[in-house]
Amino acid sequence: MSEAIKHPTYRYDVVRKFAIMTVIWGLIGMSVGVYIACQLAFPNVFYTEIPWLTFGRLRPLHTNTVIFAFGGCALFASVYFVVQRTCQTALFAPALAQFTFWGWQLVIILGWITLPQGITASKEYAEFEWPIDILLAVVWISFGVVFFGTVMKRKAKHIYVANWFFGAFIITVGLIHVINSAAIPVTLTKSYSAYSGAMDAMVQWWYGHNAVGFLLTTGFLGMMYYFVPKQADRPVYSYRLSIVHFWALISLYIWAGPHHLHYTALPNWTQSVGMAMSLILFAPSWGGMINGIMTLSGAWQKLRTDPVLKFLVVSLSFYGMSTFEGPMMAIKTVNALSHFTDWTIGHVHSGALGWVAMISVGAMYHLIPQMYGRRSANMFSTQLINIHFWLATLGTVLYIASMWVNGILQGLMWRAFNDDGTLTYSFIESVEASYPGHAIRAIGGMLWVTGMLIMTYNVWYTVNVKEQPVRTPKPADQPAA
Amino acid sequence: MDMNDVRGIGTLLVMAAFISVCVWAYSSKRKKSFDEAANLPFVDDEEEAENDKNNTNSQQEKQRDE
Repeated sequence: MSEAIKHPTYRYDVVRKFAIMTVIWGLIGMSVGVYIACQLAFPNVFYTEIPWLTFGRLRPLHTNTVIFAFGGCALFASVYFVVQRTCQTALFAPALAQFTFWGWQLVIILGWITLPQGITASKEYAEFEWPIDILLAVVWISFGVVFFGTVMKRKAKHIYVANWFFGAFIITVGLIHVINSAAIPVTLTKSYSAYSGAMDAMVQWWYGHNAVGFLLTTGFLGMMYYFVPKQADRPVYSYRLSIVHFWALISLYIWAGPHHLHYTALPNWTQSVGMAMSLILFAPSWGGMINGIMTLSGAWQKLRTDPVLKFLVVSLSFYGMSTFEGPMMAIKTVNALSHFTDWTIGHVHSGALGWVAMISVGAMYHLIPQMYGRRSANMFSTQLINIHFWLATLGTVLYIASMWVNGILQGLMWRAFNDDGTLTYSFIESVEASYPGHAIRAIGGMLWVTGMLIMTYNVWYTVNVKEQPVRTPKPADQPAA
Repeated sequence: MDMNDVRGIGTLLVMAAFISVCVWAYSSKRKKSFDEAANLPFVDDEEEAENDKNNTNSQQEKQRDE
């Protein structure tokens, strides 16, 4: 182990743990993704009769691992790091912060034990059964106590904008988790939702979209407001815009959920509200993206040499792209084409890989060398970060482009009618036509996993191998006094 | 007053709230305090640079003592 810098005031131990687990869970979660992508592309090769390894059970394992284990750990690490540094004070209740680390890992491990066995609440992104849900809620409330406690005992006069985003993310995710997970337990591993019918669907997608809106967006925007200015070494483009961005974003996101339920039993006016709110949401999303990217104005040349900054800025470009695509797909007539097709999967991954994963990776490359006391504050190898950057970018582009093609293809094939009113194509014909896209998607995923392997190697070296001391004379060279 | 009036008033209230946030954020009175806040991520840098300097100094002293 390299000598870790003992900061005079800050508690970095818990940040370190979460940062390392971000890398590990990222690698594992994405590998599961590649495996199930291969199942879809090459079903004859990956066919299995072992129920644990089937697509239906591994898919929620993939989504929960990348969202909550990889994304979650990245958020915990960043929140604990940023809140201390911008509040100029040590963590409130550091023991409780340690509990959030072990509790969070336990939630994920329990997920890995239950989901492959088919133990699921069958709500998308909320598959964990009730005992895990309760543990998750306890950990999350502890997270809130540590975070808000730290903000309250801050030495700085202001609460930096990143902390506003973190605060909103912690409160809302706690709220939606508790409400959506409300259930009547029957046995230790089986429960029934407290809601039924269309109401259950609405609560689920109110949760589902705000998991995207507050965990995968607001939390990572908080990250953006710290790491982009920091890595570019200049304050955010407009602090005023960041305030308007914050209030507009959090007041709109919460209403967008019904766009997941177009043309369903949900009342029509609710669908229209969801669509309208999703369209308006475009404005604050792009306001935030522009604020982030423009932070580099006057320092664009840094992009040429700094791959960490490349990760952060390209993540914002993907964020802009997917927050344009999202409102468009929320329009009912567009959704009539895109719903149930691979386009949705492509959209999710343009956000999840392009935005969430890229900004997390960038943030970890910024944070890990500092956590492990490297004097230059750089990773072991900058060249490897650059290679990782290009693998990740190429992987994301392959993934989303193939899913666009597949999505539109499937949508058009499913709605094609013959003159006599019968369907032109059978379902299996659309599956067959999707094969090239599915294969390219798997390749895109493999590029991402390769990048994560390189990151793991780079992090291992950064953590474990001592830096060559810079111009420090060895004791032997010195004349004896 | 029926439900549609409530909806209309609601829309106006939300619009007023949005405009007030914009006016509040862009008022020149707050410029100084926002500039301070915007620089919070960089406050530690100066301190850390100083700490590093102190550390190197003390190391050198130690070496000299030896």
